[in-house]
Amino acid sequence: MESRNTQLAVGLFVIIGILALLFLGLKAANTNVLTNGETYKLFAKFDNIGGLKERSPVKVGGVVVGRVSKISLVGDYYEPLVEMTISKEYNEFSDTTSVSILTSGLLGEQYIGLNPGFIDDTVEMLEDGDYIYDTKSALVLEDLIGQFLFGQGND
Amino acid sequence: MLNRVAALGKVTLDAIAGAGAALFMLMRALFGKPQLRKSWPLLMQQMYSVGVLSLLIIVVSGLFIGMVLGLQGYTILVDFGAEQSLGPMVALSLLRELGPVVTALLFAGRAGSALTAEIGLMKATEQLSSLEMMGVDPLRRVISPRFWAGFYSMPILALVFSAVGIYGGYLVGVRWLGVDDGAFWSVMQSNVEWGQDILNGVIKSLVFAFVVTWIALHKGYQCTPTSVGISRATTSTVVTASLAVLGLDFVLTALMFG
Repeated sequence: MESRNTQLAVGLFVIIGILALLFLGLKAANTNVLTNGETYKLFAKFDNIGGLKERSPVKVGGVVVGRVSKISLVGDYYEPLVEMTISKEYNEFSDTTSVSILTSGLLGEQYIGLNPGFIDDTVEMLEDGDYIYDTKSALVLEDLIGQFLFGQGND
Repeated sequence: MLNRVAALGKVTLDAIAGAGAALFMLMRALFGKPQLRKSWPLLMQQMYSVGVLSLLIIVVSGLFIGMVLGLQGYTILVDFGAEQSLGPMVALSLLRELGPVVTALLFAGRAGSALTAEIGLMKATEQLSSLEMMGVDPLRRVISPRFWAGFYSMPILALVFSAVGIYGGYLVGVRWLGVDDGAFWSVMQSNVEWGQDILNGVIKSLVFAFVVTWIALHKGYQCTPTSVGISRATTSTVVTASLAVLGLDFVLTALMFG
């Protein structure tokens, strides 16, 4: 019955491999719904996106609700357009919602912060493919320093 | 002078002939009429000797490499007060690089050399010719199951290596050095992606499995059937396979994460 023992050992080997994959997938990687759950897209135009990249997180109050799926330049004036893929779980944003590009920590990576707007009878909810018009661009340190120095000179 | 040029020409021709022979061997071994009932027990036998028996060295070295990563990472990260990034550092370096690469190197040493020596000895003792005399294609009977066994085993081994390594990093970082337990896992989870990290690691180990097993089988099949020839072929397997893995790793990393 040597071949049966061999088969048993190989079977165990494969099971160990699957367990390792499950461990890596469930314990080490993000099991976020966003990678496979249902999503919808929102768009926002910025003047300057700073260091934002594709796959940067979209957060509401620090909680990740989606990711930046595409960054492109559109229109005659080449404005940066950011496409955000957001989980269907959070689909009740009103069209008064504003977006800003924020930095996590002093030196951290940049992410998009969504600030949900007020809701009453007159505002509509954002749906797949809608644009958010209330946007705040990334803070670019060089511009800030430039403005500060310029302001100093006028005094 | 002309002799030098002729020598260069001979080396080039030999290299091309060798590559062609290797390719033909692979094609003939892989693309034949599949005979599942006959080849299944052969595959199981090889999965056992190539995969299962490599498990111990993979687990032990994975554990130690994970522990070393945890220790070294901690001493550097703690200077910046960023020891909570230990989790993603250990996990990403294992999943993206060390898991597939070190597994492939160990696999080349542990299983690749054994495959070369086994097939070389079969050739030296004319077992391969005897098979042909009996009307059995040695490529299908001997080479093919070994190739598939290596191809299937290596990704499993690489996954086990990464998983055990992360656990080793956890043991050192959290249990010994006192990184916060929750932060270790949650920062890791927010940084490791299924597709970007785990899947690319598996793709890498599949490529390495293909290359290492192919080189090992080819070196054995083409070796000079003497004791010196077998010893040279075995050494050459380990050296060539290791260099191929390291070189390919750079190319794959540049393609995947560049």
